[in-house]
Amino acid sequence: MESVLDLRNVSLTYYGKKGETKALSDINLSIYKGEFFGIVGPSGSGKTTLLSILAGIMKPTEGEILSGEENLRDITGYMLQRDQLFKWRTITDNVMLGLEIKGKKNKETIAYAEELLKKYSLFDVKDKHPDELSGGMRQRTALIRTLVLNPRIILLDEPFSALDFQTRLSVGEDVRMIIKNEGITAILVTHDISEAIALCDRVAVLTRRPATVKSIYEIQMSGDSFQRREKPEFQQYFHKIWRDLDLQDEEGTLKGIPKVP
Amino acid sequence: MKKEHSKEYQKYLNRQKGVTIGITAIQIGILILFVALWQVLTDAKVMDSFIVSSPKKMYEVLVTLISGGELWHHVWTTLYETILSFLLSTIIGTMVAIVLWFSATLRRVIEPYLVVLNALPKIALGPIIIIWVGAGTKAIVVMGVLISVIITIINTLTGFINVDKEKLLLMKTLNANKFQTLTKLVLPANIPTIMACLKINVGLSWVGTIMGEYISSKAGLGYLIIYGGQVFNLSLVMCSTVILCLLAAVMYAIVALLEHLVKRKLG
Repeated sequence: MESVLDLRNVSLTYYGKKGETKALSDINLSIYKGEFFGIVGPSGSGKTTLLSILAGIMKPTEGEILSGEENLRDITGYMLQRDQLFKWRTITDNVMLGLEIKGKKNKETIAYAEELLKKYSLFDVKDKHPDELSGGMRQRTALIRTLVLNPRIILLDEPFSALDFQTRLSVGEDVRMIIKNEGITAILVTHDISEAIALCDRVAVLTRRPATVKSIYEIQMSGDSFQRREKPEFQQYFHKIWRDLDLQDEEGTLKGIPKVP
Repeated sequence: MKKEHSKEYQKYLNRQKGVTIGITAIQIGILILFVALWQVLTDAKVMDSFIVSSPKKMYEVLVTLISGGELWHHVWTTLYETILSFLLSTIIGTMVAIVLWFSATLRRVIEPYLVVLNALPKIALGPIIIIWVGAGTKAIVVMGVLISVIITIINTLTGFINVDKEKLLLMKTLNANKFQTLTKLVLPANIPTIMACLKINVGLSWVGTIMGEYISSKAGLGYLIIYGGQVFNLSLVMCSTVILCLLAAVMYAIVALLEHLVKRKLG
């Protein structure tokens, strides 16, 4: 299969006042064209750090990323934990933000943005402000803000974590469908195992800090994310990944979950 | 658009409206009672009108000031100085905050100076200001600006720096430069901060202007108050103070209205 992104021995060390922290160690991954790739790991394992490197915001201390492009920022679109829509802008103006910044706002791109708004039923609310929209619609707006820039890869940093459970499931499916529909490669970072299994074609499990790739699972299930959650294989994948995440330490207390004082 | 209410809801609305009218009535009542009592007590010689003046005397002073044509001159002088120092301190303060936002290094260098200048009672600089810029309007405006500019810088800069980190990250992923981050995120996100600053500055500009007029002036409401005090004309002092009160209230109301309009526009 054709890969769009290859990580070769990527490591990253943070330098701060309190010393140095190794966040990533020797990460090797190949992301294939058009797939929905999931990365799960314990909290604080450096998932977001890895995504920042893929977005071109951070440079790895060691190793390289092969993408056939000089600047990763030109081919990736980033979706953050919250929609981060600007409340002083209308939905249309929020969608235009990236185009304005990159100086790409012209007749063609505006038409494309309108087409996307229409396609994903936001055209009727295009002149409203984000406060007037539901969580799902806001998340869709944020996705379109990324899509209008025509990225080859979309990076999703726990983009549903701020939503309540019910909305989370439907927005997750919504986003997966839109991304598949547009034929874009996606990399989703999450700590929610079931979300990764329901949405992704492949899931990589990271170890605790310094993070390295422990295992990669190919999720061989058909159907949308709701149907997947119903299947018996779902539980099997869940248990495998859960065991890999190795949340239990020697004393038997749960790691990654803050203790109640 | 008119909505149909249920009878109960209409009742509730009427009751709320009744409460609001009641409170306004009491507020006006207190004022009338206060003025009437003042007049009655001075008429009955319970209070000495030479020391506390009286509403009637203040009214006479006002009529004299108006008929002599002086009132407008004094009011205009003070108003001009206040508005000028208000605008200057807001503009200069915001500009400095923008410059300091651009450079974290400069910000760290300047910080202790800002803290000390903020703590310093600006009136202590009075003599220096007069010697440097000369007595009169200039000195008064400089005083007014000095009083509010430092706090404007500090408040605005704090707002700029506290912009949501995630939104900054979004700008970063979009490859925005510092100037774009300023114009598209930091400034619009801080319009409420700047509005709050304007409200504070209205009050501070009045303090600065009146203080400046106390130190050196030939006209203005502050001048009238000081002059009235020196010649023991308490009616002049009180009358000028009341006018000052009204002007300050009107200016505050204008800024509050502006804030309301901007808020509505930004949703």
